Amino acid sequence: MTALTMPARPKRDARPRPVPWRRMAWVTWRQHRAALGGVAVFLGAFAVYLWLTGLQMHHAEAAYCHPASSLGCAINFTGRYGETAILVSIALQAVPALIGAFIGAPVLARELETGTFRYAWTQGVGRLRWTLGKLVPLAVAVTAMAGAFTVLFAWYDQPWVAAGYVTPFSARVFGLLGVAFAAWTLAAFAIGVLAGMLIRRAVPAIAATLAAYAVLAFATGLWLRERYITPLVTRNPNPPGSAWAISGWYTKGGRYAFGDRGNAISSTVRRLCGGPCGTVRQICSGTCHGPGPGSPEQLLAQHGYTHWISYQPASRFWPFQWIEGGWLLALSVLLIAATVWLVRRRAA
Amino acid sequence: MTMNIIETSGLGKRYGSTWALRECTLAIPAGHVAALVGPNGAGKTTLLNLTVGLADPSAGGVTVLGGLAAGSPAALDGIAFVAQDTPVYQNLSAADMLHLTRNLNRHFDQQYAEARLGELGIPLNRRAGKLSGGQRAQLALTVALARRPRLLVLDEPVAMLDPVARHDFMALVMTAMAAEGVSVVLSSHVLAELERVADYLILLSQGRVQVAGEVAGLLASHRLLTGPTAEADKYAERPVVHVQRGRAQTHLLVRATADDPVPPGWEAHPVDLEELAMAYLREPGAGALPGPARSQNTQPSEVTR
Repeated sequence: MTALTMPARPKRDARPRPVPWRRMAWVTWRQHRAALGGVAVFLGAFAVYLWLTGLQMHHAEAAYCHPASSLGCAINFTGRYGETAILVSIALQAVPALIGAFIGAPVLARELETGTFRYAWTQGVGRLRWTLGKLVPLAVAVTAMAGAFTVLFAWYDQPWVAAGYVTPFSARVFGLLGVAFAAWTLAAFAIGVLAGMLIRRAVPAIAATLAAYAVLAFATGLWLRERYITPLVTRNPNPPGSAWAISGWYTKGGRYAFGDRGNAISSTVRRLCGGPCGTVRQICSGTCHGPGPGSPEQLLAQHGYTHWISYQPASRFWPFQWIEGGWLLALSVLLIAATVWLVRRRAA
Repeated sequence: MTMNIIETSGLGKRYGSTWALRECTLAIPAGHVAALVGPNGAGKTTLLNLTVGLADPSAGGVTVLGGLAAGSPAALDGIAFVAQDTPVYQNLSAADMLHLTRNLNRHFDQQYAEARLGELGIPLNRRAGKLSGGQRAQLALTVALARRPRLLVLDEPVAMLDPVARHDFMALVMTAMAAEGVSVVLSSHVLAELERVADYLILLSQGRVQVAGEVAGLLASHRLLTGPTAEADKYAERPVVHVQRGRAQTHLLVRATADDPVPPGWEAHPVDLEELAMAYLREPGAGALPGPARSQNTQPSEVTR
């Protein structure tokens, strides 16, 4: 049956020219086109939906929301599209995590799980080129798709900013705007490939990626982001424009008194009025102790308390975007470099 | 050809606290079909993984193709490796596997690969996941052969093949050797299959090299002596590898050439590869290595009892 002889062998040199990158690119495309296509279809369908509802929202905002405080705006714009817009922005928070988990994590985990790395890592292209030739184009592709999508989302979100309902700093949309969305997608991809390399099994690696991403995203939103640049401090309790108010506190005689949390304020107000009677509102409106000061703010001011607010001004939106994009890019490069290093030194 | 296709010195590999392979010093000349034989867990796969750069040594070193570092791009360019379970991408068609391999290597003989798959009756458009185990193994072998390697490394290549396919595969390896001078290293625990093709034997046992050398030389330097059991202990000072003691007659596999004198009352027979390998496998303490290692390692266990 097998009367074939071995094929003629070409001449070799000790330092062969490497296999061209474009051939590796074909391999990456052939092996991951289904996954990339899945992301494109998913984001594309989402984009069509955003486009259709976005058009309606833009029309409603233009027609009813000048001024934005009008009843027509509340009924025809806010009331009609508000919940949808909130749900959309919440759903989109998960998109980078899903891309990282379902594109990033399986790239190496599947090879290790099925044993095909023994094939892939012994081909002439070499392990390093194979790894870079897979990770870099995939990283660029998912980042570019997310970047294109974020342009559409910014347009979708624009009526809400125009109507003054949301500041671009809002935790709900900051990560979906500017460069942040693409950067988060890249970071999720990098987390995914490293998790896949470390865990070596696709499904646990997917779960680990989702968990790690969630921790990072929550830590950033709740703690890290407000510290990118030292906040400004003002005595004006209503910081200007669409600034991002971070925290407030009261001082008395130049010393910190208490934070402007509800229970701290109400206990102080009660103490100042002496006596257990009534709620803060009753005290302030005068239904409890005789004539009231009108508001807790006024009562506290009368007693020498100064209210301070720290905030990030709206003008810092883009610096914050670049800072967030920058450290996420650095983190992604670091994680991918670590993955490449692990692939190079991994023993079968 | 004087180049060594694989050369190791003091090579060792440790997984955790267990040495899968240790103190492995080998020089396999080019132009051989080298059989790597040993029981399960002897370190065969570890040695092959070190050779193709899938594993890094814990001790010592290994070079291939006349001094190239194992796993370096230049080494990988000249070596085709088929791993034990013949991994192929389940979701790719046979044609895709060829295309993939063509793009992952500087050289690939598409015509040869397609012709061979055609002869084997493996449809190009069928997904690898839908092929039988034997067909998958053949696909992996075809892909490896079409890379035109200088060294073909096969880990248990016939395990997945039926007897006819085994026969054909061994014939193919021989043809490749004869026509192109491709060196082959294959591991197997099916001794009978190796006899026809292997002209170099490496016997591994418990992570150590027990026997290494050209088959012709090994066969010429071993004899099977048959004689009365009562006289068996007389040969304590002879380099006996293995003793098979019967009630009346005893078979001794000894290191001796055809010119060595045969004691009266004893008969000497030539050994075949399987007898030789079996004798050493049953005596993990015995060894036959080229060079000075030979005299130290040859310790027949039976006669010292």
